[in-house]
Amino acid sequence: MEQIAQQFFNLDIMKASFPMLMEGLKITFLLVLVVVPLGLMGGLVAAIASGAKSRWIRWPAYAFVDFFRSMPPLVLLIAVYAGLPFAGIRLDPFAAVALAFLLNNSAYYGEVYRAGIEAVSPGQTEAARSTGLSAPQTMAYVVLPQAVRNVLPDLVSNTVEVVKLTSLASVVSLSEMVYQADMARSVTYNASPIVLAAGVYLVLLWPVVRLISRHGRKIAS
Amino acid sequence: MDFSDAFLNATVLQKYAPSILSGVWVTLYLSAIIVVAGTALGLILACIRACGWKAVNFVIIVYADILRALPPLVLILIAYFGLPGVGVLWSSNLVLFIVLTLILAAFAEEIFWAGITSVGKGQWEASRSTGLGFAQTLFWVVLPQGVRMGLPPLTNRAIAVTKMTALGSVIGVPDILNQATTAQSFSGNASPLTLAALAYVALFLPFVLLARWLETRFAWKRT
Repeated sequence: MEQIAQQFFNLDIMKASFPMLMEGLKITFLLVLVVVPLGLMGGLVAAIASGAKSRWIRWPAYAFVDFFRSMPPLVLLIAVYAGLPFAGIRLDPFAAVALAFLLNNSAYYGEVYRAGIEAVSPGQTEAARSTGLSAPQTMAYVVLPQAVRNVLPDLVSNTVEVVKLTSLASVVSLSEMVYQADMARSVTYNASPIVLAAGVYLVLLWPVVRLISRHGRKIAS
Repeated sequence: MDFSDAFLNATVLQKYAPSILSGVWVTLYLSAIIVVAGTALGLILACIRACGWKAVNFVIIVYADILRALPPLVLILIAYFGLPGVGVLWSSNLVLFIVLTLILAAFAEEIFWAGITSVGKGQWEASRSTGLGFAQTLFWVVLPQGVRMGLPPLTNRAIAVTKMTALGSVIGVPDILNQATTAQSFSGNASPLTLAALAYVALFLPFVLLARWLETRFAWKRT
């Protein structure tokens, strides 16, 4: 028991590593602020494209979404970070993470939006079009607001996944929170800094996870 | 150096294909046992939760919440680097298997539980009044309907978690990604990464397509 407390919950080590972790948390927040809006926008494009009338737009959109849903995010990140330099494109870690996550998140957010758009009845589009709204106007003012409301819980739960995924940036030595925690771990030979990082994630994400569960039950009953 | 030489170099591909193939087997068998064990554990937890013991349910809910809120990489690092300090020496494969199984179980429990609660109260009352016991009602009436409901989200979640086996490369699991990054640094060529990416797509695309099909087949009825 004593040993477990020493190895995982060593308060002195946690206190010493706390400032480092907070430095890392800033980068984590910055990543989230860049990656989530990019993914939301990319996803919107993917969803609208996969609902297009022309198969020349629809099929590539589906191929894009399915390809990036089959690819583990870490593989994509390493392909971008370690692979692109061979094509003469050298990205710094932050840009590599942003690009890899844009591709991955667009596919996931795209699927969420698509489900939302498909749940809006076609009568809505027909009515909007017959009042004289153009196709883009119909999408922006009539279909999307309802679609987003339909899938709001899924959008939130996907965003939780995105926040969790930012931890992968540590693998390409971007100094976000997990990177800092692992640094502290390797210096102290003690897992407490990573447990502390886990604690920070819990504080940030647990309320959201709880909210998602509650909401899910409300829909079900 | 032109593009195909850097990303699809035949000599490099030929040389490292066997090691990447050995990574494919590692990824494949880890994924298979994680899906089976994680789903089974999730189902068991959801069934226990259906019994309605308050203290037990509290523990299950806290477990599911924590494992859904934490990044898998963080849990893997804690287990791999922390456990040896308390005398638990697990191989990196075992750490990855246990951590991802526990994560999938947490998500599966929530999905099965949502399925169980979505079955109307009348179903419980009707089957209990025909003389079926609690367990019989759960297994023969409620679960078949609830599980069916949860199949699409469960498939998606299982794909997401098994894709995380790539995180094993961080702690030295000899999976596809690990083999590819090793080969890439030895050969100074990006072709092993291309091959790895293709291997992952070949492995997971069928399941992504299956998930898509399941979604249209068993779609939640929206009102």
